[in-house]
Amino acid sequence: MEEVPQGCPGTGSAQAGRGASCQGCPNQRLCASGAGAAPDPAIEEIKEKMKTVKHKILVLSGKGGVGKSTFSAHLAHGLAEDENTQVALLDIDICGPSIPKIMGLEGEQFVEDNLGVMSVGFLLSSPDDAVIWRGPKKNGMIKQFLRDVDWGEVDYLIVDTPPGTSDEHLSAVQYLSAAHIDGAVIITTPQEVSLQDVRKEINFCHKVKLPIIGVVENMSVFICPKCKKETQIFPPTTGGAEVMCQDLKIPLLGKVPLDPHIGKSCDKGQSFLMDAPDSPATFAYRSIIQRIQEFCGHHPPKEEHFLSS
Amino acid sequence: MEAAVEPGNLAGVRHIILVLSGKGGVGKSTISTELALALRHAGKKVGILDVDLCGPSIPRMLRAQGRAVHQCDSGWVPVFVDQEQSISLMSVGFLLESPDEAVVWRGPKKNALIKQFVADVAWGQLDYLVVDTPPGTSDEHMAAVEALRPYSPLGALVVTTPQAVSVGDVRRELTFCRKTGLQVVGVVENMSGFVCPHCAECTNVFSRGGGEVLASLAGVPFLGSVPLDPELTRSLEEGQDFIRDFPKSPAFPALFSIAQKVMSEAPARLS
Repeated sequence: MEEVPQGCPGTGSAQAGRGASCQGCPNQRLCASGAGAAPDPAIEEIKEKMKTVKHKILVLSGKGGVGKSTFSAHLAHGLAEDENTQVALLDIDICGPSIPKIMGLEGEQFVEDNLGVMSVGFLLSSPDDAVIWRGPKKNGMIKQFLRDVDWGEVDYLIVDTPPGTSDEHLSAVQYLSAAHIDGAVIITTPQEVSLQDVRKEINFCHKVKLPIIGVVENMSVFICPKCKKETQIFPPTTGGAEVMCQDLKIPLLGKVPLDPHIGKSCDKGQSFLMDAPDSPATFAYRSIIQRIQEFCGHHPPKEEHFLSS
Repeated sequence: MEAAVEPGNLAGVRHIILVLSGKGGVGKSTISTELALALRHAGKKVGILDVDLCGPSIPRMLRAQGRAVHQCDSGWVPVFVDQEQSISLMSVGFLLESPDEAVVWRGPKKNALIKQFVADVAWGQLDYLVVDTPPGTSDEHMAAVEALRPYSPLGALVVTTPQAVSVGDVRRELTFCRKTGLQVVGVVENMSGFVCPHCAECTNVFSRGGGEVLASLAGVPFLGSVPLDPELTRSLEEGQDFIRDFPKSPAFPALFSIAQKVMSEAPARLS
């Protein structure tokens, strides 16, 4: 499955198994038999599993290092502060699974009674273990997480993703396609080098018909802890997320300033919202979380879509 | 199927260096760009191969966005980013119809393009080819290492930021290097501290210490800490030559010493 010919037409294509470049491919017979064109049965199985999950939110960014995992973790913490809300956090960054560390988990899966976490990080025996997998194997892991984990009654399932627009993102959307994703929260930082990747992610969302809840601009401004003056370490040379959101007509959920305590809380595996309740960054996070809850409340899952298939 | 590897388009490239990190957003493209600029200032001819297919940042950093890629008999002609033709660049960014177009490809298709980038770009004579990668240890990295292996790369620069969350991912990248036989030239710690321009207080915005810890864990050289500098971020945004324009920046000494280290590795490998 890993040695795919250069001109592979794609397993779902009408030419699958029949094209000139299929000669010699180990999967040629399988594709030619039409097996690749049939929908993956896992999609229905996952739809069943997800019936007990009320809201599903993907946290995306085209760009790495903008704070997806930080945001996912704090979205989870914030929602779980209400002990009656059941929250699950799924980390599908197979190569760089940061969530266990940020949530302060070594191997156990529950941070609180109402906050559970799943990550490939839990399956690795050493912190040096590298997951050197090609796309198909990563896809298999994501399928397993979605299909084989007993999620139970969950109010919010938050899916943290790696940067990019590739296997992991396609698989998450594909496997959850029958189960209704509420939408995506897209994370960026203010500078154009980030925004240019984030625009691609927004295009990805449009291509796969994933609703966008809104954009969060992280690392907006740095407030010096000594003199309290502001500096823009990552300057918004093209207007930052605000201008991008206006141009693309997407909600800007909020801007989070750069607070050095955020990094420290993540390193310690603690909730920054608890560690620094008075930080402007905490206020920003809380307001963004509220807006996300409002979005989910106003856009309940449309059950009737699943009845016709 | 393949006979002995013909040097082909990499025949004129003296040294290849990869820039890796398990973690996203730590400054791989920044370090790749600044390394290329520093090597240029030392009189070297440099090529940059950007194999980040989903997030190709390098064209913008060298003010080369929107440039066209031409064909020649040996394949693609890389884009020269300067008049003197001392830095050339190949990136998927040049092949997109629009800058907002997303490359939504699964692994096999990404592998195929990377193999092409390695074999079919007419680099000509280069002192150094810097290969910028996306974060992770997956298709792009395996494809690049496999395609470049016959040309004996100098090794990898591994970039981290100071915080533990970054070190956690980058440790895995070091394992990747070990498993694929890629020598680690050294670890670079980026975003190490920020000096407030108003009061000169230095704040560890992204924690501290990670780079040295990582280097010592893995038994590889620690090449230095690059502090946060808005001038550097701005230069990259606007595609300017930071090395030429900001020699007094606090980020300059570390960036310069990284280039020195790469150049000092090079003569030892001539064979």
